[in-house]
Amino acid sequence: MTLLSATTAPVDAVRTADTPAPTRLRRIVTAVLRDRLALVGVVLVGALLVLAVFGPWLAPFPDQGRGVADVAHRNLAPGTGGHLLGTDPLGRDVLSRIIIGARPALLTPLLTVALAVAVGVPLGLLAGYRGGRLDEAVMRIADMFLAFPPLLLAMVIAAMLGPSLTHAGIALAIAWWPWYTRLARGLAAGLRDRPFVDGARALGLSDTTVLARHLLPNAAAPIVVQASIDIGTVILASGSLAFLGLAAQAPTPDWGLMVSDGRSYVLSQWWLSALPGAAIFLAVLAFNLLGDALRDILDPRAVTR
Amino acid sequence: MRRFLFRRAAAAAAVLLGTTVVTFVLARVVPSDPALAYLGPKARPEQIAEIHHQLGLDRSLPVQYVNYLGGLVRGDWGISIGTKQPVTSEIFGRLPATLELLAAAMTVALVLGIALGVIAAVRRQRLADHVIRMLAIGGVSMPAFWLGLLLQVTVFGQLGLFALTGRNDPDLEFTDPIQEITGFHLVDALLTGNAAGFTDTLTHLVLPALTLAAYPIGVIARMTRASMIEVLAADHIRAARAYGLRERMTVGRIALRGALPPVVTVAGLTLAYSLTGAFFVEVVFNWPGLGQFAATALLNADYPAIMGVTVLGAAAYILVNLAVDIVQARLDPRVRLA
Repeated sequence: MTLLSATTAPVDAVRTADTPAPTRLRRIVTAVLRDRLALVGVVLVGALLVLAVFGPWLAPFPDQGRGVADVAHRNLAPGTGGHLLGTDPLGRDVLSRIIIGARPALLTPLLTVALAVAVGVPLGLLAGYRGGRLDEAVMRIADMFLAFPPLLLAMVIAAMLGPSLTHAGIALAIAWWPWYTRLARGLAAGLRDRPFVDGARALGLSDTTVLARHLLPNAAAPIVVQASIDIGTVILASGSLAFLGLAAQAPTPDWGLMVSDGRSYVLSQWWLSALPGAAIFLAVLAFNLLGDALRDILDPRAVTR
Repeated sequence: MRRFLFRRAAAAAAVLLGTTVVTFVLARVVPSDPALAYLGPKARPEQIAEIHHQLGLDRSLPVQYVNYLGGLVRGDWGISIGTKQPVTSEIFGRLPATLELLAAAMTVALVLGIALGVIAAVRRQRLADHVIRMLAIGGVSMPAFWLGLLLQVTVFGQLGLFALTGRNDPDLEFTDPIQEITGFHLVDALLTGNAAGFTDTLTHLVLPALTLAAYPIGVIARMTRASMIEVLAADHIRAARAYGLRERMTVGRIALRGALPPVVTVAGLTLAYSLTGAFFVEVVFNWPGLGQFAATALLNADYPAIMGVTVLGAAAYILVNLAVDIVQARLDPRVRLA
């Protein structure tokens, strides 16, 4: 793809279900190590995961991170009073709030994409494999959703459900599933008439088995690539919902909400908005770099770019 | 080509109809009663029933849908709960501000994105290429609302350049008011020879337009680079070089023309993406457009306003995608025969 050198060896677009897994894993690891930008992505994602899991133990002021005020130390600039990234108008340590906020910031998009994949992929595989009326029906419904800008649809649904982090996640999943249905449908339609699928059917295997054991493994690579790129996009989207006030509510430490709260002080206390925003930027960047690298490795058609 | 156009337009119309089904269903599953939103919490049951009757909510769902569709076509999009004004006049009154912002951002994005992409492709694997690729991936990863705030802090706060918020200086109203002709203040100021108005508009437009352009710049630069690299390796470019054509001619005219079709496609897609991106830029820069109106409506559960913006957003999105298809078909005959 565009940002990386095309050093990886070309790979078959469609591989048979019995390709041994370790070789593929090893190939991915080697390719990632060889590519500096991909490596940056992996390191950033790793660091974010560490923050998300161990945040409460890593944050210097975990209680302030969760929202407890400390009015004696309000509005401290970064580096003063033992607060590396300063404090907000309620005296809470900005660094701690960013660290504690890492968990919801990553978990919501991960669950959202997982939900969108869990709904969208089976529907798309089934539609592409069976064809006919079922295909028509599923894809026409998907088209109705695809006709909206996804973020706009998510914003509207989140507003309808009422602002909360869970509702924001549901809204994002509703906006994102049809993209996976369309992708999986195309892949399944392309695979449907391949000899190995015919063979599986001739053996008398049920549709479910054919779909799960023979179609899914062969359609997995593009879906994984799409999902890894989408995690970055959805982190951005959920941060945007939070910025508008349609996701987590105060005093929850949420990056998007922190950027929004800091807006009133932007010229005097830039750190209140700029730093949580930087956290969103780095998280999106990390998954974009990782997604690009995975696309290079798993989707050989893109390598020529 | 005519059959292709007809087929695509018919498909787009069908999809647009589909989106009205989605917005209708969304509006009907809303947990809160629209009658209460108008009447307030102390409404008597007979008042509520009266409003329900007026709004047609006591009819069957299919009848309600047909009425809803009829209202959309007639331009009756309901009354905004927030401003108590017809949703259509609210929306179309603010549309020019948003369109001007979008037009400025896309112009910047096309010029910068294509230029950066070409430079990266020509200087492949050199320093310039690496820097441009970093910029591109940074641009697509950057939350617009964050970039906007950063520009406010650095460019306006530190350097004192351009303007912090708004579309025009409030004082301009009294000194050199802009006469609305097209609704695009930059154009209107130019048409009326209003130099002060032009400078003021431009000063206010620069930062929001740059903010909104960041994502399209990244996407367009990446696609231009990829496409140019492919084309520069083609035989006809080798032939042009062997023939002794100047490099500027080879790259700038012949190669760039061949590389443009995929760039046009992504440019269209990023325009569609920027329709929503403009919401956030407008909030940050207090830009008096559609996005700011929508953000307020979303937070205050102003359902008629939300639904109006949503239908318009979907329609614009569908139209942009249709336009991309048509342009692509003109540039590449394979598309229209498929």
